[in-house]
Amino acid sequence: MFQQFSLMMKTTAARLSALYFVLFILCAVFLVFYMTNLATSFLRNQTQQALAAEIDDLNRVFNRGGLRGLVRIIDGRSRRPDAFVYLVVDQENRTLAGNVAKLDQRVLANVGWQQRPFRYTRIGEINDRLEDDSSPRAIGQVFQFTNGLKILVGRDLGEPERFQHIIRRSLGIALGVMAIGGFLIWFFVGRHALLRIDRVSAASARIVGGDLSERLPVTAANDEFDRLSASLNGMLGRIETLNSGLRDVSDSIAHDLKTPLTRLRNRAEAALRTGKTKEEYRQALNDMIEESDHLLRIFNAMLLISRVEAGYSKHVPDVVTLSEIVLDLAELYAPVLEDSGGAISSQIEDDLAIMGNRELIGQALTNLIDNAIKYGNKSGPKISLIGRRTKDEKFIELIVRDNGVGIPIEQRDRVLERFVRLDESRSEAGSGLGLSLVAAIMKLHKGTITLDEANPGLEVVLSFPAK
Amino acid sequence: MKFLIIEDDIEAARYLKNALNESGHTVDMAHNGIDGYALADHGGYDALIVDRMMPKRDGLSVIAELRENGDRTPVLILSALGEVDDRVTGLRAGGDDYLTKPYAFTELLARLEALVRRGGAPDGQAQYQVGDLTLDRLSRDVKRGGETILLQPREFRLLEYLMRHGGQVVTRTMLLENVWDYHFDPQTNVIDVHISRLRGKIERGFDKPLLHTIRGAGYVMRD
Repeated sequence: MFQQFSLMMKTTAARLSALYFVLFILCAVFLVFYMTNLATSFLRNQTQQALAAEIDDLNRVFNRGGLRGLVRIIDGRSRRPDAFVYLVVDQENRTLAGNVAKLDQRVLANVGWQQRPFRYTRIGEINDRLEDDSSPRAIGQVFQFTNGLKILVGRDLGEPERFQHIIRRSLGIALGVMAIGGFLIWFFVGRHALLRIDRVSAASARIVGGDLSERLPVTAANDEFDRLSASLNGMLGRIETLNSGLRDVSDSIAHDLKTPLTRLRNRAEAALRTGKTKEEYRQALNDMIEESDHLLRIFNAMLLISRVEAGYSKHVPDVVTLSEIVLDLAELYAPVLEDSGGAISSQIEDDLAIMGNRELIGQALTNLIDNAIKYGNKSGPKISLIGRRTKDEKFIELIVRDNGVGIPIEQRDRVLERFVRLDESRSEAGSGLGLSLVAAIMKLHKGTITLDEANPGLEVVLSFPAK
Repeated sequence: MKFLIIEDDIEAARYLKNALNESGHTVDMAHNGIDGYALADHGGYDALIVDRMMPKRDGLSVIAELRENGDRTPVLILSALGEVDDRVTGLRAGGDDYLTKPYAFTELLARLEALVRRGGAPDGQAQYQVGDLTLDRLSRDVKRGGETILLQPREFRLLEYLMRHGGQVVTRTMLLENVWDYHFDPQTNVIDVHISRLRGKIERGFDKPLLHTIRGAGYVMRD
């Protein structure tokens, strides 16, 4: 329990609520004292005003009926059960009239307004011990007349004091209830936060332990914890994708690089075993160089893809005139296609330009054209290069269309992955990286690559956001 | 010709030195940027082969300082980096050509020879001649044995480049870079097809071949 409490105190939520709690208590205490003092002084004022009015009244009685009339009135009023205190004494301090049983003698000695409240006991009350703290208190004024008669007129403070006491007690109780409530809320909020953090830590521990498919818990509350968990989950998803991508690539590398390496080794071995003439050795070495070049091409393509995918950090986009690239490439490839009985045509709007990297876009188009030649129609390959703006002018599309067999719809996503080659026999030379590189280049340019049916053939659409 | 190799990988530098020696060139070596700069600054080389990433001092700063001091010796940059932008940075720092590791030695040799020729022979020469084939850069006339040969603009540029480097091997990538201005590696034999078309135009009806294929390297125009 204590350990959990000290752990809880380390959470931000608990610290914050503890701080709020303390501030709240301080404010509440201030409020209680302020309120009671305000109420007390208000009541005391009222008492004094009532007393002043009574003295005025008695003054009028005295003026009208003299001392005798005054004493009679006082005697009469003393019998009323109200808060006024009356006492009439003669020279020897003997009580002549009034409702006071006992009184501090210093009060009567001190003629005039009493500076501080005094204690007294009323006639008829059971408790007549004056020193007792429970005896009532009053404020008042002592008048002395020429014949030695003294009259005390006062008003009991019991009512305002009781009132003050009640306010203080009820505020105190309220404060106590609020304090306990606040503490409980704080405790449960902190504990709740701690529990959720514990769940997140447990999930993280499982993830660190190697289970990348694990996700942090997200509740329906959509509070800050959930938002944090959700964004961390997004990050985990990305890591998982990258990780599985990496694993796929490592598997593919193992497979696709092993084949040419084995072939390289076999050729060297064969040459050593059977080679007789210088010419045979030379031929074997040439073959091996070709094989190494193929391997180097694969490595370069892989490096380029990872660099492009990593965002090509040093890449500074420049204005690239797509029209020019398309025309250049159509011209570059025309003889190859003509020689194999096919044709390449280009149809492009003028001045199609985007911000990007000319070399990479050229490389992407070259890869697509190479693919169209390799996997297109063997008897009469026809390749169309089309460049156009979409109707809403939001995108610029480059389209490479062939008249080959196309790619089955369910395979179209897969061919964008690294080392995926649909041609299982591997009869055409290639690395299986061409389209992955195109996809990476399009991603760098914030564009998309889409594979479509061209009836017959394949249509690859590169879509760039227009400036 | 005399070359200076500034390269921190001693084995790679030695392999390159031997290969260049076998091709009849003299070679000095430096294995870090500071020594390399000292040797290069001393002068007397036809071209420098400079690795980009080296201890103590990187290749680009060596080149930049040489250029600042007015040294115009042609520089071929070697780099394990090899992206388009790296190439641009390299050339901007004062390099004349850029080659990505791993490279074929034939490619390197062809580029070096092209560089040195560029350093020596004027680019502004108005007419090139190989055997009985002449190319006039101003009138854009191509003639062989007095007979005019009609070429497409790109074929003209291709022939112009080949003849400017007459007697030197030029590789396919060099052609793609200099004639088409693209720096990538096409999978198909596009360049070969252009060459064979050009060959058809300049050799058909003539006995003597002028445009020769060098296996594993590229092409050479030679009488």
